[in-house]
Amino acid sequence: MNFLNYIIRRLLLLIVVLIGVTLIIFALLSLFTPEQRASAFIRDIKQLEHIDSIIKTYGLDRPIFVQYFNWLREIFKGNFGWSTTVSRPAIEAFKNFLPNTVELALFSAPFIILGGIWLGSVSAVHHDKPIDHFTRFLSIVGWSLPTFWFGLVLLMVFYGYFRGLFPPEILGYKAQVFVESGEFVRYTRINTIDALLNGRFWIFVDAIRHLVLPVITLTTIQIALVMRIMRSSMLESLGKGYVLTARAKGAAPRTVIRRHARRNALIPVITVSGWLFAQLMGGVVITETIFNRKGLGWWWAKAATQLDIPAVLMAVLFNGALFVVINLIVDLLYAYIDPRVRLR
Amino acid sequence: MIFLKKRRIVLDFEQHPRLKEFKFSFSKILRNPLSFIGLSLIFLFLMIALFTPLIAVPEKPEEPFRIPHEGYSVVPKPPSPGHPFGTTTKQYDIFYGVIWGTRTAFRIGFMVVGSILVIGLVVGSISGYFGGIIDEIIMRITDIFMALPLLILAMAIVTALGRSLDNIMKSLIIVGWPIYARTIRGSILTIREEDFVRAAQAQGAGTLRVIFKHVLPNAIYPVLILASLDIGAMVLTAAALSFLGLGAQEGYADWGQMVSLARNYIVGPQGQPFLYWYVVTIPGLFILFFVLGWNLLGDALRDIFDPRLRRK
Repeated sequence: MNFLNYIIRRLLLLIVVLIGVTLIIFALLSLFTPEQRASAFIRDIKQLEHIDSIIKTYGLDRPIFVQYFNWLREIFKGNFGWSTTVSRPAIEAFKNFLPNTVELALFSAPFIILGGIWLGSVSAVHHDKPIDHFTRFLSIVGWSLPTFWFGLVLLMVFYGYFRGLFPPEILGYKAQVFVESGEFVRYTRINTIDALLNGRFWIFVDAIRHLVLPVITLTTIQIALVMRIMRSSMLESLGKGYVLTARAKGAAPRTVIRRHARRNALIPVITVSGWLFAQLMGGVVITETIFNRKGLGWWWAKAATQLDIPAVLMAVLFNGALFVVINLIVDLLYAYIDPRVRLR
Repeated sequence: MIFLKKRRIVLDFEQHPRLKEFKFSFSKILRNPLSFIGLSLIFLFLMIALFTPLIAVPEKPEEPFRIPHEGYSVVPKPPSPGHPFGTTTKQYDIFYGVIWGTRTAFRIGFMVVGSILVIGLVVGSISGYFGGIIDEIIMRITDIFMALPLLILAMAIVTALGRSLDNIMKSLIIVGWPIYARTIRGSILTIREEDFVRAAQAQGAGTLRVIFKHVLPNAIYPVLILASLDIGAMVLTAAALSFLGLGAQEGYADWGQMVSLARNYIVGPQGQPFLYWYVVTIPGLFILFFVLGWNLLGDALRDIFDPRLRRK
């Protein structure tokens, strides 16, 4: 029962966070003219002609709090406004772009997390040896890479030099046409998964080829994050009494590292992995822009630079909710894995 | 005599515990190969920034940050005697751009991180030292900021304020301070309960004196590590925003914008894919090495100041 209470409390926090994030955005909105703000309430392009009446109906020339409650009322009716950057209702655009972002997150996260765990434990086991310095140096170089520049260099090599081996965008022209035709059933709207479900292996291969460079970019840059946490937690765990005990009992060094040290060192990695996944799902702005992958980050980057307010509000709402939900999942995982947390 | 004695104490690294610790940390930085590389990189860039007008002589001394260009031809030209790194699109000289861009990078890094540090120190100290309802409110605000998509928010702020480098810095300050406030608060909370703080309070030291003399000097290390890492991170983010076209007007010496100018010349014509390699590679490498220097230093500092690893 205590457990249920905890979850309910956390979900109530979700509401507080969402109110907070939207309030911050509305404070920023007060910088704009009523005409600019009106687009947050439009459902259809035709309504643009009646912009004055929209300003009247929603009280956009009235104080900011009145506007905030008007906006909230519309959100509860399911009207998220009209996104001018993609000429579509924001909620529809969101549903359209989400699968592409999820696909990239699903393919990058395993490489980043597992690779980071591996590099981190190798580095910790060889603490202060050349191999430790080398892996740390490489991961910090990756972390220091400007995403936009690294992406461009990868394109220069793998798209320019190797004649379009790994192209940008999401699908090739032929595959795109086929996916949009009636023959292809879009179960999840995630291309790789749908291609397998439809038994169209060539579309799967095409989608993977388009995924390679963004996944390499994200992995190279983000791996340092997981590696660093894993390394310091592994160092701590290697100095613990139970590792010494295991060694004293004569367990093989490999066994000590794998079963005693690494298992316990994995716990803090969960937090950073959750955070990482939230970042990946919340739209990887630069990577999607460079490789022209039309996902949430691509849309929101465009929206932010064109002051497409409904889209930015959508970004803020989605990221806020994602942050709270993923944090909740991380905390529950902690309770499941670590008995010390459960008993407290 | 008294004066001399005082001076001696200040300079005596062996006696004053804080200076002794500082000396120990510094010797550790120099002994660690990674932080040594980082420090050298930062030193190199500092030298470039210091002697900029001598390395790349400005044609118009009143507007040194404008990159000189000859003509308006859009096709980049390869390195030649007059242009050691070649010219980018519209014939902007790449060498001049990256050298003066060093000053821009330092300005962004120091201005943004410096401002964030001051705001974070003030807000974090208030929150951590006084606690109670003020603490609760400030911490909930930082919670909310951590749930925001910061890059998208920064982009929207720059667009709303108007596209310029100064507004990029402002937006980064707006989205960056909460983490500092939180870190400072965290370390103040642990130090507030230490015996030496109690002792100072018992001796009748005022609030400000306790904060500045006893609490902050001991609470500042985690934030300094964060700041070192953030100079790199902020320059990276600013470069990304510049790259997306939110930065200074075209032709300003700024690394991010120079990569952006190169965008149409990533892949060369048929048969010569690397024909324009220099336009995108050179400014990018400058960003990479600058950020790498600060990250290497910050990462080493983190290990050095980690109490669990410090004296091993």
